[in-house]
Amino acid sequence: MEVRVQNIRKEFGRFPALDDVSLDIRSGELIALLGPSGSGKTTLLRLIAGLESPTDGTIFFGAEDASRKSVQQRNIGFVFQHYALFRHMTVLDNVSFGLKVRPSSRRPPAAEIRRRALDLLELVQLSGLEKRYPAQLSGGQRQRVALARAMAVEPNVLLLDEPFGALDAQVRKELRKWLREIHDRTGHTTVFVTHDQEEALELADRVVVMSKGAIEQVGTPDEIYDHPVSPFVYGFIGQSNCIDVTLSSGEIWFEDRPIGLRAASEPDGAATLYFRPHDIELIDGCGGCLAGLVTASRRVAGTRHLELDLGKAHPPVEIELPPERASSTDHTRIAFRPTKWKLFRKEGDVAVAPRQVEAPATELVRTGT
Amino acid sequence: MALRSSTRWRFRQPSVIPGFGLALGVTLTWLTLIVLIPLSGLIWRSSGLGWSNFMALVLDERTVNALTISFGTAFIAAVVNLFFGVVLAWVLVRYRFPGKRVIDAMVDLPFALPTAVAGIALTALYAPNGWIGSLLEPLGIKIAFTPAGIVVALVFVGLPFVVRTVQPVMEEIDKEVEEAAATLGASRFQTISRVLLPGLLPAGLTGFALAFARGVGEYGSVIFIAGNLPYVSEIAPLLIIIRLEEFNYPAATAIATVMLFLSFIMLLVINSIQAWSRRRYSNGA
Repeated sequence: MEVRVQNIRKEFGRFPALDDVSLDIRSGELIALLGPSGSGKTTLLRLIAGLESPTDGTIFFGAEDASRKSVQQRNIGFVFQHYALFRHMTVLDNVSFGLKVRPSSRRPPAAEIRRRALDLLELVQLSGLEKRYPAQLSGGQRQRVALARAMAVEPNVLLLDEPFGALDAQVRKELRKWLREIHDRTGHTTVFVTHDQEEALELADRVVVMSKGAIEQVGTPDEIYDHPVSPFVYGFIGQSNCIDVTLSSGEIWFEDRPIGLRAASEPDGAATLYFRPHDIELIDGCGGCLAGLVTASRRVAGTRHLELDLGKAHPPVEIELPPERASSTDHTRIAFRPTKWKLFRKEGDVAVAPRQVEAPATELVRTGT
Repeated sequence: MALRSSTRWRFRQPSVIPGFGLALGVTLTWLTLIVLIPLSGLIWRSSGLGWSNFMALVLDERTVNALTISFGTAFIAAVVNLFFGVVLAWVLVRYRFPGKRVIDAMVDLPFALPTAVAGIALTALYAPNGWIGSLLEPLGIKIAFTPAGIVVALVFVGLPFVVRTVQPVMEEIDKEVEEAAATLGASRFQTISRVLLPGLLPAGLTGFALAFARGVGEYGSVIFIAGNLPYVSEIAPLLIIIRLEEFNYPAATAIATVMLFLSFIMLLVINSIQAWSRRRYSNGA
């Protein structure tokens, strides 16, 4: 079922946790709400669930206005970070709970409830553990019981709040893959909250990046990574460098020299240049480039990360090179130029879109992160 | 180590916390002096009676009545306390209201108040000419000087046991568990009856057992309100005192032994239920 969030505002006391947020979730989609803590992502999820009520705004399930419905009436499945299993019930009772508490007019017969719960346990690969109690399961198993329990009520939408947050890295990776498989098989509209960008980018059809109670960007993982629309998204997703530059008649200047990048049709003034550590090329002889002294060098998996000092007034810049190219550069001066980059004007100004990035040149961008 | 302990029981496991020997010694000595020696003295005295004498004393009609009243009223009072204690704990844990801390502190009053004071106060209230008693009398209900009066006194002294054992467990209930039940479509009533209360069962049973044990042994608050009519409202501890005052020590120890035995059985049963439910679902999670 599709879910539409319209102009939602939520205040806790006088502090706005969400400020005029709108989001369309398509039917059958797996969507991630990604952001640092305090960005309002969990609040948005709880508003969709009906565990919180909005100060202002509407939430639609399909064509139906769900915002006035109670959490019980919305028929959603919710998975909590710390599982929230009923510990005095067996795994089977946990999974069938949602069906057993239905009013008798809508409740399936006992044998049917049992069959459905067992089917779900098979789906989450816990067959044979139905008589166990939650205390006798591992963390990963408990979270799978929680998911089966949420799916048992055939929810309109499945909501997961940091579902893998309490698990260790290995289990988390497995469950991530497995959740994707389950989603592809059952086709539930699914929203999950995470602060782990790797998890969001790997798992989701679309990612919603949130910050300070507002949505920064909505897009596929590719769009989010390759074409961030704000300095916040640039900085939050993946690695990035930012340096202060000046624009002068369409040329980008770093300190006292042009660096060989052009941003035509841009007014003069101060701006910030963003680029990713791996989107650079090394240049021999500096006719127009950035140059810095290598201060540190680390091997990370298949690449070597170099830290460069561009000058006292600037934070260090990190670049990534293939190890064989980097080996000859230790403690020397390196000249390079970003191949993909993006300019953001200072506070309240206009974003600059160079040729390499397809975003419209007039787009307004919030800065100040 | 697991292998060795299966073949030979080792008294002392290596431990990083020093003083195990000393601590165990102190514990056992203290327990022996305070609990075991007096109790075994009791059994030893009554075993000197011989079986038929003992049974005659125990099966005496007055004794049987006193024991029935003691255990019966203590049981009823503990059941009442279990219900209202849980409700009281719920209100104290879940809601914020003016005077909450005062009420929270007042729950402990029955612990602190001399039981005789409580007994006199309750008698004054529930006697036919007291504030509450005078309201009930036209309805034909008599509280003071009947077993009902004993129950009232035992409810008073037993209340804090249930509240204070249930309260901390209730405070630890994860809000998420309730929210999970709500998202699954459970009404508020279903959430409480199917999710929350079963989770409180072990703590509730502990409180029940404590209130019950206290009720069986309670003396001070009961003797004023009970009226102490033999065969009707005479409790076993009072009968023991009466026998002692008659210098009838064998009868006193016989009653005491039966009380000890019955209390032990009941605590054993309740503790086993508790251990069973605890083993099932409250470790870890």
